[in-house]
Amino acid sequence: MSCIVNIASPLRSYVSGAASVSAQGGTLAEVLADLETRFPGMRFRMIDEQGRIRQHIRLFVNTRPVDDLTAKVATGDTVHLICALSGG
Amino acid sequence: MGTKTGHLGPTVYRSTDRGRTWQEAKQPPAFRKAAEGEEVRNVERVLWLTPGHASEPGVWYAGTSPAGLFRSTDAGNTWQPVAGFNDHPLRKQWVGFGTPDGEFLHSILIDPRDARHIYIGISIGGVFESTDAGKNWTPLNRGVAADFMPDKNAEFGHDPHCVALHPLQPDRLYHQNHCGLYRIDRPSNEWQRIGNNMPKKIGDIGFPVVLHPHDPDTAWVFPMDGTTVWPRTSVGGKPAVYRTRNAGKRWQRLDKGLPRSQAWFTVLRQAMCADASKKPGVYFGTTGGEVWGSTNEGDVWKCLAQHLPEIYAVTVAV
Repeated sequence: MSCIVNIASPLRSYVSGAASVSAQGGTLAEVLADLETRFPGMRFRMIDEQGRIRQHIRLFVNTRPVDDLTAKVATGDTVHLICALSGG
Repeated sequence: MGTKTGHLGPTVYRSTDRGRTWQEAKQPPAFRKAAEGEEVRNVERVLWLTPGHASEPGVWYAGTSPAGLFRSTDAGNTWQPVAGFNDHPLRKQWVGFGTPDGEFLHSILIDPRDARHIYIGISIGGVFESTDAGKNWTPLNRGVAADFMPDKNAEFGHDPHCVALHPLQPDRLYHQNHCGLYRIDRPSNEWQRIGNNMPKKIGDIGFPVVLHPHDPDTAWVFPMDGTTVWPRTSVGGKPAVYRTRNAGKRWQRLDKGLPRSQAWFTVLRQAMCADASKKPGVYFGTTGGEVWGSTNEGDVWKCLAQHLPEIYAVTVAV
């Protein structure tokens, strides 16, 4: 399945500055794995070594916030990788 | 270079052309996946990077917060946990205290005579030693004050800010602690508080301790206010470096060229260094974004740069 992934600006160095890229996967975990294959290092900046979403990262599928990487992603969905506004 | 921006997880970048270009590590330091019911840990920051023994080219060690020790055998491209420390049965006791920013592992020191002999410092946890390449560890804190602890003779739980080993005399270590300035000459297991020889109104609290590259008796420190709420600024707003020429028996104030008043410098543990010249240059950076340097072993200081962001580390390439 193919989706669009919108990339927060602090992560765009991994995708040559693109604001969005397409990715494959039926779950959020699979989408992130696909991104990692093509853009090495990117996943670890968002997901820690225990598989948890980092404290200041928020993931959305379309407009739905997701805190579980097993969440389904359908063809045509938009995944948002967001750096939470946690500062002043 | 260890990096962590506000939102993203920590990683390590490498440069092999003196900083012109940087490549991200393929596998940055990370704890192993926790088994069911185990303590769940993740690396928050990589604070310390040090090359391994000269006989092991490509080996690097990293220290992290929470306190973790990691090793690379490919010049920092991929990192593996040092299980002997990270999974030591006593680790949780050793590092259970923490600092306001979490506890972290620093001052990874490799004995130039023996790649298997390693010291580490942990704030808060203490100094630890391994003689088998990191498989096992022993606390090395006797003689070090821990004024914040109920047990004044605790075996661990101390707060080393910076520990340095002299490459020409590897049995000698200097140690700037939260509670004083120390030296040890192995095989002794007891630190001597050489900070007792500092002027009382200055005290012996600070973060860095820097060693002379050619003279194991010479060292520099940057004393800061360690009273009551630990403001960690130059004492009385009058910054000064102190130098010993006799392994801490006496200390000389070096403030020529530095501001005379109202200068509240904070110098972090990795933000002071010496170069390898015959008569070494000494340099420090402040959290206010200034770099100061001396070309004559600290006798006279000059401001080299201003208006930088907070300075965490200063190092020289010569």
